Amino acid sequence: MSMLKSRETILALAILALLAAIASRFPGFVSPGNLARVLTDTSPLILLALGQMTVILTKCIDLSVAANLALCGMVAALMNGAGVPLPLILLAVILLGAALGAVNGLLVWKLGIPSIVVTLGTMTIYRGSIFLMTGGAWINAHQMSDAFKAFPRTVVLGLPVMAWIGLAGVAAMALVLTRTPLGRAFHAVGGNPHAAVYTGLSVGRTQCAAFVLSGALAGLTGYLWVARYAVAYVDIAAGFELDVVAACVIGGIAIAGGAGSVAGAVMGALFLGIIKNALPVVGISPFWQMAISGSAILVAIAFNAASQREPGRIILKQAEHRT
Amino acid sequence: MQAEYRPQDGAAPVLSLRGIVKTFPGVRALGGVQLDLYPGQVTALIGENGAGKSTIVKILTGIYQPDEGEILVDGRRVALPTAQAAGEAGVTAIHQETVLFDELTVAENIFIGHAPRNRWGLIDRRAMRGRARAILDGIGADLNPAVRLRDLGIASKHLVAIARALSIDARVVIMDEPTAALSHKEIAELYDLVEKLKAQGKAILFISHKFDEIFRIADRWTVFRDGQFVDQGLMQDVAEADLVRMMVGRSVDQIYPKRPARIGEPVLTVAGYSHPTEFADITFTLHRGEILGFYGLVGAGRSEVMQALFGITRPSKGACRIEGKVRVIRSPAQAVEAGIVYVPEDRGRQGAVKGLPIFQNVTLPSLARTSRVGFLRLTEEFALAREYTQRLDLRAASLDQDVALLSGGNQQKVVIAKWLATRPRVIILDEPTKGIDIGSKAAVHDFMSELAAQGLSVIMVSSEIPEVLGMSDRVIVMREGRIAGEFAGERMTPENLVRAAVGLDRSAPPPGEGEAA
Repeated sequence: MSMLKSRETILALAILALLAAIASRFPGFVSPGNLARVLTDTSPLILLALGQMTVILTKCIDLSVAANLALCGMVAALMNGAGVPLPLILLAVILLGAALGAVNGLLVWKLGIPSIVVTLGTMTIYRGSIFLMTGGAWINAHQMSDAFKAFPRTVVLGLPVMAWIGLAGVAAMALVLTRTPLGRAFHAVGGNPHAAVYTGLSVGRTQCAAFVLSGALAGLTGYLWVARYAVAYVDIAAGFELDVVAACVIGGIAIAGGAGSVAGAVMGALFLGIIKNALPVVGISPFWQMAISGSAILVAIAFNAASQREPGRIILKQAEHRT
Repeated sequence: MQAEYRPQDGAAPVLSLRGIVKTFPGVRALGGVQLDLYPGQVTALIGENGAGKSTIVKILTGIYQPDEGEILVDGRRVALPTAQAAGEAGVTAIHQETVLFDELTVAENIFIGHAPRNRWGLIDRRAMRGRARAILDGIGADLNPAVRLRDLGIASKHLVAIARALSIDARVVIMDEPTAALSHKEIAELYDLVEKLKAQGKAILFISHKFDEIFRIADRWTVFRDGQFVDQGLMQDVAEADLVRMMVGRSVDQIYPKRPARIGEPVLTVAGYSHPTEFADITFTLHRGEILGFYGLVGAGRSEVMQALFGITRPSKGACRIEGKVRVIRSPAQAVEAGIVYVPEDRGRQGAVKGLPIFQNVTLPSLARTSRVGFLRLTEEFALAREYTQRLDLRAASLDQDVALLSGGNQQKVVIAKWLATRPRVIILDEPTKGIDIGSKAAVHDFMSELAAQGLSVIMVSSEIPEVLGMSDRVIVMREGRIAGEFAGERMTPENLVRAAVGLDRSAPPPGEGEAA
């Protein structure tokens, strides 16, 4: 546990160092207003990283999150076009996202197919469905109602609703992961699936639950994304699943399962969000941005690998108490 | 007995071990053993589970290094620091679980690591196939060298393993329970093959639990017990009863704190439990306050029966009653609900969840009780974990500590505490003291006794005769998936248990008949 905490402390320090470095040349970047903008902009990544984290905790991976987001976003836009009120749209995208997640989860659970294969397949199917629904047509800003577009941007208590939803997601997931039997099951199933079976936990059902959570968050984010950018088409958020996985890896979520925390996922997402928002300010080309994100991932993985090296057996009696 | 051994027939051993000591943390696996292997002869290595047979095989094949002692080949001292060095010294092993590569061809498997090369330094496939063909013909194996291994049956894979052993011009062939997975016909073929190898002058170390085959095939015997050399000699000079006595006879150096228990009414009744491939006709009754030992050789099906009782696998036939009520157990969750818990043998894989703190490991199956309206209550969890870890005298800095940082004995206590916290009626302990130090062993035994005294019913699966005899009120012996005998009171002797386990019991069907499925 102390190791985990220190890993998160180091990540927090890295984020602060990054902010300090940017602020030394562009003090405006760390103004409260701009930081709020960065948080708002990073909220979709945070929401998806929270879902992805639970999936990775159970030794799986969800590559279909971005396609799920895009499909739910398109459905939200279409429902808006049909005059459905916003609360119903929100409910519908969350349920649809959860259902799409459940498809992944059931395939992993009932058929025992590796999650990377399942979600690689459903990722393509979900994107393809958008095309089938729209024939490839775009839904543009003028085809969306004002209320639909305004909701994520509405400022409440100094922050846009979008940022508040991100924060609410963080709080809710922190509660689920640390204070519910399900959250405990995510850790147990990923940490030692064999032991989990002997404890009476169903590994498959737990993994399925993680996919449902991840899907529901992707569905909600789908609406936020489409409303904020005021456009919906087949390819929105294309490739975004890799950013999400990257945020988790940077946040210290072990790809082998079992280890990770909400704080890690959030900070991993913020780290990427800050880089993405800062580079244009600093005047570095977006191509460098990719190289920097990539390097951050490698550094994070190298760091995790070093800290996860087997500490060796504890044979000395006094060593048991020292930890 | 440790005196210099002189073979009666004057032949010189190809390979000898002298005074081999091998220690693992907390365990002395071998305490100065000797072994002699003679050309053209089969030496049977006999011993109970845990006698040190597997360790000696690993030392001979260069996987383990002895702490003390010497290895002599043709009377010259050699070192076998790697598997390759062992191969070059002419030692090769055919393992219990054949270690071959399913996706490669027969020829590639035979020559992996020493494939013939052509003048460009590339693998000469044609030469490899030709030589593979020659070796296979030499052992009378009708196999196509070009076929992939995964398409072959177990017996054919054994032949490939043997061909591989011969391809490196082995002088010493180790066969570690080679007949364990074979049918009667295949076993007969294996015997023919052993005769061929003998005729070629190979020295064969034959490890087996089956007395009938030892007497049929071996020329010499060596007995180990608890990592010690007991004696060796020629098969023609020894009787079965002598070997059994040498295997089990031991000094009473461990004290078992078994208290006289008040045995009550039946708690668990199992009738006719059967599984298509693992066990058949398992019928027994467990009473309140009783410790029921399950003894047998490794692979006799004891753990499989326990896993079925716990809902990990499903029996095809049979019924299980708990306190008179028929219970259908289809999942571990149902077993826990019915009051049966299972502490598995493989703690690393099946026991503790490493990465979770101690208290979370303890409360994992009891979360329904420690949470309210779907939310965990950490204070309740801590209280529950503290109660049961204190009862087991767990040594840990804090219950918040990662369970992975505990020693094996303490991890075992965490797993047992986890199950006791569910307040079970029946607790199944599968090899409860395997691989833990003597001190923790005594604590586990003490605790087991206390549990029984408190009215819990205990099933203890153990391969250690002293533990079985010391702790159990009654012992069931399993052999090849069936109950081979039940012993209590005066009939609970080491000899009776071992005879039943290896199939020498007169009441059991003779080996080779009756039990063919």
